[in-house]
Amino acid sequence: MKCSDFLQELTNYLDGAIDARTKAELEDHLAWCHNCYVVCDTTKKTIEIYRDSQLYELPEDLRTRLRTAIISKCHAKKEGRA
Amino acid sequence: MSTIQPKVGEPVSDELALVQAAKGGDVSAFEELVRRYDRNVFRIAQHITQNREDAEDVVQDAFLKAYNNLSQFQGQSKFYTWLVRIAVNEALMKLRRRRPERTVSLDEEVKTEEDSVPREVADWSPNPEQQYSQAELRDILTRTIQGLPASFRTVFVLRDVEGLSTEETADALDLSIPAVKSRLLRARLQLRERLSRYFHRRDGASEQPKLEVGDGNQ
Repeated sequence: MKCSDFLQELTNYLDGAIDARTKAELEDHLAWCHNCYVVCDTTKKTIEIYRDSQLYELPEDLRTRLRTAIISKCHAKKEGRA
Repeated sequence: MSTIQPKVGEPVSDELALVQAAKGGDVSAFEELVRRYDRNVFRIAQHITQNREDAEDVVQDAFLKAYNNLSQFQGQSKFYTWLVRIAVNEALMKLRRRRPERTVSLDEEVKTEEDSVPREVADWSPNPEQQYSQAELRDILTRTIQGLPASFRTVFVLRDVEGLSTEETADALDLSIPAVKSRLLRARLQLRERLSRYFHRRDGASEQPKLEVGDGNQ
């Protein structure tokens, strides 16, 4: 397996979306190819850092304001005022 | 090496009942759906529009559009996937309005200057995020993801931040599954490459790239 082949399968590998045979071939490649091991490991860390980052949390006061606006428009629509 | 574990979402067993009640005119049932998903919609909208005011508008517009079109929701997909589809479309419209000089489409294959083939293969520090303060880390992550083309950014956010499956992401974005996988791979590799600049293993702490911490209002 070449490094380019490994990269093509990287997303499927990280998502666990591959069959056992392909997985074994990829892990065989990882065992001796340090560059692909580093790329694989740091890509996994990239995903985990973003997933855990809590970027763009909705502040509670804004959340309440938005929900109040949405629900009052829903009531207006229901009552035929909009 | 272990695989990525998806975020476990809230149980959705009662979701169809809420949708049915809302369809029948029960606004409080719809309010429960808003409570359940408003944070997700806001996060997705802000990732796509990169603008706080636009993201606020998208939250309101997407939920109102969903409410007004509840009768069209047939229940083939999850309510959340259907809602995300509406929100993504609203967010892309905002983005197009703000940047009329650049066509923004999820359909086109994006050619970027930066090839996805890794060039920076230096290993990272064991706990790279601990090298920076919370504010610095947030700034690094924000500006790094903002540098991606909208179509890559959107797929990455839905799959890896919000935890939608490949099929749900394809459904929400009206893309084929191979297109979602191709964009996700390139998004992940480009983010990794760009983050390596900040997180690679180094001997001395003095070499850290200089950061200009923004006001966080992006």
